[in-house]
Amino acid sequence: MSAIPDSQTQPIIRLEDIERTYHMGAETIHALHGVSLTMERNEYTAVMGPSGSGKSTMMNVIGCLDTPTAGNYWLNGQLVSAMNDRQLAGARNRDIGFVFQTFNLLARMTALHNVEVPLIYAGVKRKERQARARQALDTVGLADRMLHRPSEMSGGQRQRVAIARALVTEPSILLADEPTGNLDSSTGAEIMRLFDILHEAGNTIIVVTHEPYIADHARRVIRLSDGQITSDGPSGEME
Amino acid sequence: MLLGETLLIALQSIRCNLFRASLTMLGIIIGVAAVITMVALGTGARAAIDEQMAALGGNILSISSSHWFNRGVARDQDTLTTDDAHALAIESEYFDGVVPEIDARQQVEYGNRNLISTILGTTPNYEEVHLFEVAIGRMFNESDDSARRRVAVLGSEIPGMLETDASSIVGRKIQIRSISFDVIGVLESKGSSGWRNPDDDIWIPLSTAQFRVTGNKLVENISVKVRDGVAIELAMVDIERILRREHGILPGADNDFSIMNRKQFLDSRQEATEVFTYLLAGIAGVSLVVGGIGIMNIMLVTVTERTREIGIRKAMGATKGNIMLQFLVEAMTLCLLGGGLGLALGAGASYFAAEFAGWQTQISFASVVMAFTFSAAVGLVFGIWPAKRAAGLDPIDALRYE
Ligand SMILES: Nc1ncnc2c1ncn2[C@@H]1O[C@H](COP(=O)(O)OP(=O)(O)OP(=O)(O)O)[C@@H](O)[C@H]1O
Ligand SMILES: [Mg+2]
Repeated sequence: MSAIPDSQTQPIIRLEDIERTYHMGAETIHALHGVSLTMERNEYTAVMGPSGSGKSTMMNVIGCLDTPTAGNYWLNGQLVSAMNDRQLAGARNRDIGFVFQTFNLLARMTALHNVEVPLIYAGVKRKERQARARQALDTVGLADRMLHRPSEMSGGQRQRVAIARALVTEPSILLADEPTGNLDSSTGAEIMRLFDILHEAGNTIIVVTHEPYIADHARRVIRLSDGQITSDGPSGEME
Repeated sequence: MLLGETLLIALQSIRCNLFRASLTMLGIIIGVAAVITMVALGTGARAAIDEQMAALGGNILSISSSHWFNRGVARDQDTLTTDDAHALAIESEYFDGVVPEIDARQQVEYGNRNLISTILGTTPNYEEVHLFEVAIGRMFNESDDSARRRVAVLGSEIPGMLETDASSIVGRKIQIRSISFDVIGVLESKGSSGWRNPDDDIWIPLSTAQFRVTGNKLVENISVKVRDGVAIELAMVDIERILRREHGILPGADNDFSIMNRKQFLDSRQEATEVFTYLLAGIAGVSLVVGGIGIMNIMLVTVTERTREIGIRKAMGATKGNIMLQFLVEAMTLCLLGGGLGLALGAGASYFAAEFAGWQTQISFASVVMAFTFSAAVGLVFGIWPAKRAAGLDPIDALRYE
């Protein structure tokens, strides 16, 4: 490591021997088992692998939502395990946009309010907040569903609310855990085009997916199996 | 983040979960209302007795010719006379006033109106000993009494019952038992003393009453005001000595009169009321606890949902402080709102108890504070404690919480 870490020259994400284990009675489950990787600014990466291979777990660690059992994680050159609550909240709020596999929307709030939530914690004033939330919902094609609650929307619509919420703060890193899992192919393609645009704008994108055609949008594909990286290389390079 | 923004989130959260919020508040409302009403009843009952004590005006002993509660069946045993009253007044230095009294229910007429009232024949010092004030006109005096004048002084409610008013009836004539009396005064209201209301009595001089009505020297009752600083027991012994001699009772024989100490009687009632107040407060306390358990229950049931919400908010960039503030504001809002409504409900119930059941009630500040504090504490503890725990988790653990 260089003596003075400079966030511009540091990799945006660096994982070193990350372990995430769960203890189920006597049994120990290694959700992540010695994962090391580096991601540069403006990389577009797809994460693939069978169900239960640790994809979501890795995304949660990268998104500062989960604490690894062992190993080090630097975000923008900063050691995440050394960050305090305020810094972590700031990273989740400003640096990272996270699209959950299970959406995780506030059930009793409207789509608009759900999208506003990250802006509230960013301290954006009410008027601007609503305008930006509307804009984001419009972008994912939900202009006509702003005042619906999650229970009043289809799975695909909920997924798009979750995407709008991740995009609304204009984060430099977008983490999407199967963002098109519930979408028909044309809406899915629409969302992927949106990701392409964000990538061109200089954002770093990591997408978990099972679909090879989605992985094709990415420049880099990481394959996981039983919590370990089995391959890491440019996309199109199928074994 | 601004406090105003947090307040908004909290209020929005309450609005989005209106049903749950109302259930939570219901526990607080019922608890607070119960405590306030119950304690108001107890405090009111005590205050009523305090008033009666004050109205009594010092230590008054009441002598009657038989024990007071079998007065009705003991009519033929009447033994007290005007002479007894004289003897008491002259012989003992322990008394500030001796007031003999006869009473009878009689028909009273004024113009074409009539009513049945208690006519009290007594001496002019009745007013002073029993702390009555004259509102209009005057009390009868010694010369009215010795001359057996037909003059009457009315209780404050009598003019109204005769469909007139105090100032117009003074100087006019009323008929008592068809005998004409001059109304010379109307007294100030004294208020009900518990078992009877002196405001609808009529007073006439004792001699007039004996001459016109009973035709003998018997009286029903003699009130004695004990001089300040004199022990009640000493006064009672003196009364006994004088009356036994007057009545010629042999040593060893029973008294043919009884002496009642109303202050002592009220004191014991006061004690009973105190017990009653604690009992009511206890019952209310139980309902407060039940309300508290209700709050607890709802809070605990929603912990799963709230924990997920906290997970989401943290994942979106909320700090621990943001979360705690939101839940604090939410719990406070519910408690204050519920407490306020409970206070209003309790005050309303107390008012209705006073208005329609005729119980005296008095809302006590301590009960308001107590009820509020308890509900707020329950709401805060069970609203904030799970929130505090969830806010300390990794977002992903909060999201998975079940
Ligand atoms: N909270 C937990 N407790 C115990 N084991 C867990 C927990 N979370 C995840 N695991 C285990 O960790 C492993 C990896 O889970 P993860 O969710 O990362 O898989 P995934 O690759 O995202 O799968 P999918 O494609 O089905 O979403 C799984 O075997 C899972 O059983
Ligand atoms: Mg997954």
